Amino acid sequence: MVIVSGIWSIFQSVGAATLGLIRAIGAVALFTLNAIKACLTPPYYFGELSRQIIRIGYFSLPVVGLTALFTGAALALQIYAGGARFNAEAVVPSIVAIGMVRELGPVLGGLMVAGRVSSSIAAEIGTMRVTEQIDALTTLSTDPMRYLVAPRLLAATLTMPILAAIGDIIGIMGGYAVGTSRLGFNSGNYITNTVDFLTFSDVSSGLIKAAVFGFIIAIMGCYQGYNSGRGAQGVGRATTNAVVTSSVLILAANYIMNEAFFIA
Amino acid sequence: MIELINISKSFGPKTVLDGISLKVEQGQSLAIIGGSGTGKSVTLKCILGLIKPDSGEIRVRGKPISGKREDFFKTFGMLFQGGALFDSLPVWKNIAFRALHEGMSQSNAKELAVTKLKRVGLDPSTADQFPAELSGGMQKRVGLARAIATDPEIIFFDEPTTGLDPIMSGVINELIREIVTEMGATTMTITHDMTSVRTIADTVAMLHDGKVQWFGPVTAMDSADDPYLRQFLSGSADGPIEAVR
Repeated sequence: MVIVSGIWSIFQSVGAATLGLIRAIGAVALFTLNAIKACLTPPYYFGELSRQIIRIGYFSLPVVGLTALFTGAALALQIYAGGARFNAEAVVPSIVAIGMVRELGPVLGGLMVAGRVSSSIAAEIGTMRVTEQIDALTTLSTDPMRYLVAPRLLAATLTMPILAAIGDIIGIMGGYAVGTSRLGFNSGNYITNTVDFLTFSDVSSGLIKAAVFGFIIAIMGCYQGYNSGRGAQGVGRATTNAVVTSSVLILAANYIMNEAFFIA
Repeated sequence: MIELINISKSFGPKTVLDGISLKVEQGQSLAIIGGSGTGKSVTLKCILGLIKPDSGEIRVRGKPISGKREDFFKTFGMLFQGGALFDSLPVWKNIAFRALHEGMSQSNAKELAVTKLKRVGLDPSTADQFPAELSGGMQKRVGLARAIATDPEIIFFDEPTTGLDPIMSGVINELIREIVTEMGATTMTITHDMTSVRTIADTVAMLHDGKVQWFGPVTAMDSADDPYLRQFLSGSADGPIEAVR
């Protein structure tokens, strides 16, 4: 009898968790559809959009730049050390460039921006939810989806590719600095090798990835904030959830896009 | 003007509103009183469309309202319990928020905000400050200025004096009464503060267990023999309303 009830409770837990997951996916999907609709239909809040572009894009430059710089530099050292095992040290410039542009620039940049931006969006909108500012917007004839969510979603989706592009350049420069100062590469050859091996699809796939990551960062920040629980604990949980879910979704989306861009 | 007909709302097994019906006539001021968790805020949120009732009908100016209530909000203002001021905006943009989004120029909007600030007894220099720089009483006044900014026909007050000292509570109550009288607005107020009720309200509805326990003019409140109302007015722990000790 005890064994039967134990098995039954395991089934119950698994069932409840599955239903919870399906409910959460449904809620995020509906929220995302509403957010996209809010982005595409008037009224548009251009002042709010420009403010968010500066907050999300411009102020993320230092963190993305530093991440890219050290990643590019470390990548050059690793590839040099690995390539030396089969006399392929010369591939350092091209692999650094391809690695940064296709993968590390958008992914690491996305993860860093997720930590900085997704949390801040969730905390801000969560606090607005808790202090009834979102209800106040509704009573002032302003749709919170259009006023709060749409500008953040557009700003993150538009600025992430620019951030990734800048990160790519800084990352390649990091590799260049290490390659020419520490690994004995000729400056002109390094740049020629970098430029010659990069293709348009390398760059464009990385920028598309970055736009998708920007979308994920903003939508998870907004969703978690919008559905924040009460009090400081609710806002804190929303902030944590925003960073965790956006980071995991970035990595999952990255894999799916790699399959689509490079394997198909 | 505003009519609630048989509104019911449950959250899971808990019934918060159990078929309540209320009516506020044009230009009248209704105060909804009752203990915590009796459904006062849920009633207000049902009217605002922030919560969808399970059953019943809400009518404004004789017509049923549902969905996004865009027309209703055009002539509506609300003072929220904590002010609900937008902390990213200066005071004047908070007050003129609706006017700015309806296309009013920045200079006219600021002028409007300063006029309303003066009406609620605040110095025009407050206009450029941010909500976080203001005291609780000043935030309430700014919230009141925002609620009356576009001269609405309907105004809701959610706990207008909560968190204020007795003198500031008196000031806010008097301000609300004056402004509502001069504007001729129809108002609904949720409060625990009986001084507010006596100052602001024309009629009073007491909610208990999701039902309207007592409804009548404020002048009849003190002589009413309803035991629930009597206990609420006296603030006694003994009586039909169970108090958790």
